[in-house]
Amino acid sequence: MSILVYLIPVALFLGGISLLAFLWALRSGQYDDMDGAAQRILLDDDEAGGTRADERVIL
Amino acid sequence: MSCCAPSSDHLAAALTALPSDEEVAVAARDLGDGTRQIELSVPTVHCAACIRSVETALAKLDDVQTARVNLSTRRVSVRWRGDRLPPIVSTLAGLGYPPNLFDDAQDGRDPVLSELLRAVAVSGFAAANIMLLSVSVWSGAEGATRDLFHWVSALIALPALAIAGRIYYRSAWSVLRRGRMNMDVPIAIGITLAYALSLYDTVHSGEHAYFDASVTLLFFLLIGRTLDHVMRNKARAAVAGLARLAPRGALVLAADGSRDYRPVTEIEPGMRLLVAAGERIPVDARVVAGASDLDCSLVNGESAPQAIAAGAEIQAGTLNLTGPLTLEALRPASNSFLAEMMRLMEAAEGGRARYRRIADRVSALYAPVVHLTALLTFLGWMIAGGDWHRAITVAIAVLIITCPCALGLAVPIVQVVAARRLFENGIMVKDGAAMERLAEADAAVFDKTGTLTLGRPRLTNAHEVAPRLLGIAAGLAAHSRHPLSQAIAAQAGVASGPDWEDVRELPGFGVEGRTGEALWRLGRAGWATDGRADEAGTVLARDGGIVARFAYEDETRPGARATVAALAADVGPVEMLSGDTEEACRRVAGELGIGNWRSGLLPADKVARIEELARQGHRVLMVGDGLNDAPALGAAHVSMAPATAADIGRNAADFVFLHSSLSAVTTALDVAGRAGRLIRQNIAIAIVYNVIAVPVAILGHVTPLIAAIAMSGSSILVIANALRLMRTARRGAAARPAAEPVAA
Repeated sequence: MSILVYLIPVALFLGGISLLAFLWALRSGQYDDMDGAAQRILLDDDEAGGTRADERVIL
Repeated sequence: MSCCAPSSDHLAAALTALPSDEEVAVAARDLGDGTRQIELSVPTVHCAACIRSVETALAKLDDVQTARVNLSTRRVSVRWRGDRLPPIVSTLAGLGYPPNLFDDAQDGRDPVLSELLRAVAVSGFAAANIMLLSVSVWSGAEGATRDLFHWVSALIALPALAIAGRIYYRSAWSVLRRGRMNMDVPIAIGITLAYALSLYDTVHSGEHAYFDASVTLLFFLLIGRTLDHVMRNKARAAVAGLARLAPRGALVLAADGSRDYRPVTEIEPGMRLLVAAGERIPVDARVVAGASDLDCSLVNGESAPQAIAAGAEIQAGTLNLTGPLTLEALRPASNSFLAEMMRLMEAAEGGRARYRRIADRVSALYAPVVHLTALLTFLGWMIAGGDWHRAITVAIAVLIITCPCALGLAVPIVQVVAARRLFENGIMVKDGAAMERLAEADAAVFDKTGTLTLGRPRLTNAHEVAPRLLGIAAGLAAHSRHPLSQAIAAQAGVASGPDWEDVRELPGFGVEGRTGEALWRLGRAGWATDGRADEAGTVLARDGGIVARFAYEDETRPGARATVAALAADVGPVEMLSGDTEEACRRVAGELGIGNWRSGLLPADKVARIEELARQGHRVLMVGDGLNDAPALGAAHVSMAPATAADIGRNAADFVFLHSSLSAVTTALDVAGRAGRLIRQNIAIAIVYNVIAVPVAILGHVTPLIAAIAMSGSSILVIANALRLMRTARRGAAARPAAEPVAA
């Protein structure tokens, strides 16, 4: 059962990474406009005259 | 214009002016480094093509650094460099997306939503990991391994309770402090006791731990709460984004002739104000120079525009239709008609504050019963065996099993689904309690102008006028903003009329123009004939001789008659309360089949009538739009307003409907009624589940595994039941034609 000593921390660590990734996405405003994100996929990059996500307006 | 070019709503276009550049400049925020940012509401943006055209057009303007559309909130955020405002408003309006300024201190960010999402993420992470460990325990881990798993679970659960549980602790504490009870109290007690007992057992190498139950419960409940918040916020943002009808400021004329745009709050009595045609009057004032027609429908319910000239006193909130006016402010904004309505509204509010939500009423009964059962179970086991550890374990198992997971989800899930359904039909609901109150309504009261009618005149005798003369009248009318002129132009359509010369509009009188030698006049009979005719009404005159007369009526809202009939049949007595003249009311009441109506009412009279109905035991649904209706909207048990209503009316109403048809009232009633039934079913399901599960728990047969299965089972059952409303919504939406564009 000594394998558990490694497996449990590994499982928690991986889960923790995805939790942190979600919190980061939340904080950086990627959940601010869910409907817009669904529609923007239809726009070609070179056509979209607005700003890209990484240049988003800081509120 | 791209794909689904928004067709501008005539009514909204006529009633609302675009924000002026001065207003936008005042509202813009200085970001410090030489850049400024403004957020504008653009209610007509609704697809990818709209996003592209708005963003590309704005990004092309000089000085504009970034422009980004938020489709969820229907807002665009523009940042530019320098002090000079780029022509944002005119660019957007030119594209067919008229922007509005909105009042929202939050600046688009929602701290409550962020906290809820963070709590959902943390509790979801914790629940998944603890569940993994718990499954190992249930499948037979023993001794040191089981203790290790319990210890890891305890470590994971602690931050989850601290971060995610905080929302419930705060809410429970705030109601307990006031001696009240809500659903969050048993939840907070349940999860805390479950954690504490499990920790004790872990320390003493016990067999069972309830960490999984404690955290999974939090996770499920937070999902329901977050959905509820998202839905309500969407409705609130949509209402806040509607065109603002009250002006933010006015152009003040200084003694030295200079003009300065000042916010309404800085306008003082005695100041000279300039108000252009199409703008609303900012404060109560007297006309110093100029003549115009005034649309008072939003202020006192009168449907016919009034001609005004120098010396007339006019009320804040009325719309200047035809000519520029110079005004002298009589009262500051804090003392104007609008402020008076606010005060009346605050005094009238009360019926709604006393209302307690179904969930709170149920939990007020439920929580004491649950806690008493747990206590009795503890005492029973103490008397039977005297083993206090065993007694506490069983008592806490009772608490966990009865913890209102199903109840906490049962109500919000149904209301979220119902609100979504209403949203698809263009109806915004402020909160779940409003839906519960609407289902209880047993009497309906309507305002007339702007609610039962559209508040715009319609030409009724077009067939009596020779087509050639109608064409000429329409040609002249096209040069005027006056509603009566626009009614003629709308009725006649685009006609190839004669070539006009010297067309001019005389505010308060009408329009005149020449074709060749003939002088045509469209307007008041007395003016059109140079005083020869002594009659009221609107005429077309050629060289002073009347050639055609026009008759109007206030157009009733589509679906008004059917709605009134349906309400009278299903809800209860229907009444019409109006500030308009008796004659106008009689006609509309007759047309719509309303037997009970009163005319010439002041705002306080409307409130008095609603309070009288309430004393007779009625729960009144009030539907109204004007400033003069706002106190009545606040006084009624539940209220609705169209999107074209005055700002404070919209804020006072529980529901706001965006489409012009009055059938929104029956749709909302229908959805609210069905949501009410589903909520009761869900509560019944939760109670039946408890009746079965509690005896098992009291007898001490509940292990953590059984608790987890029972709780998830009941939650899934109530969610599935709530989603039945969505299924009928899909079917209903498919049967209906594609949604009409939202009225700005």
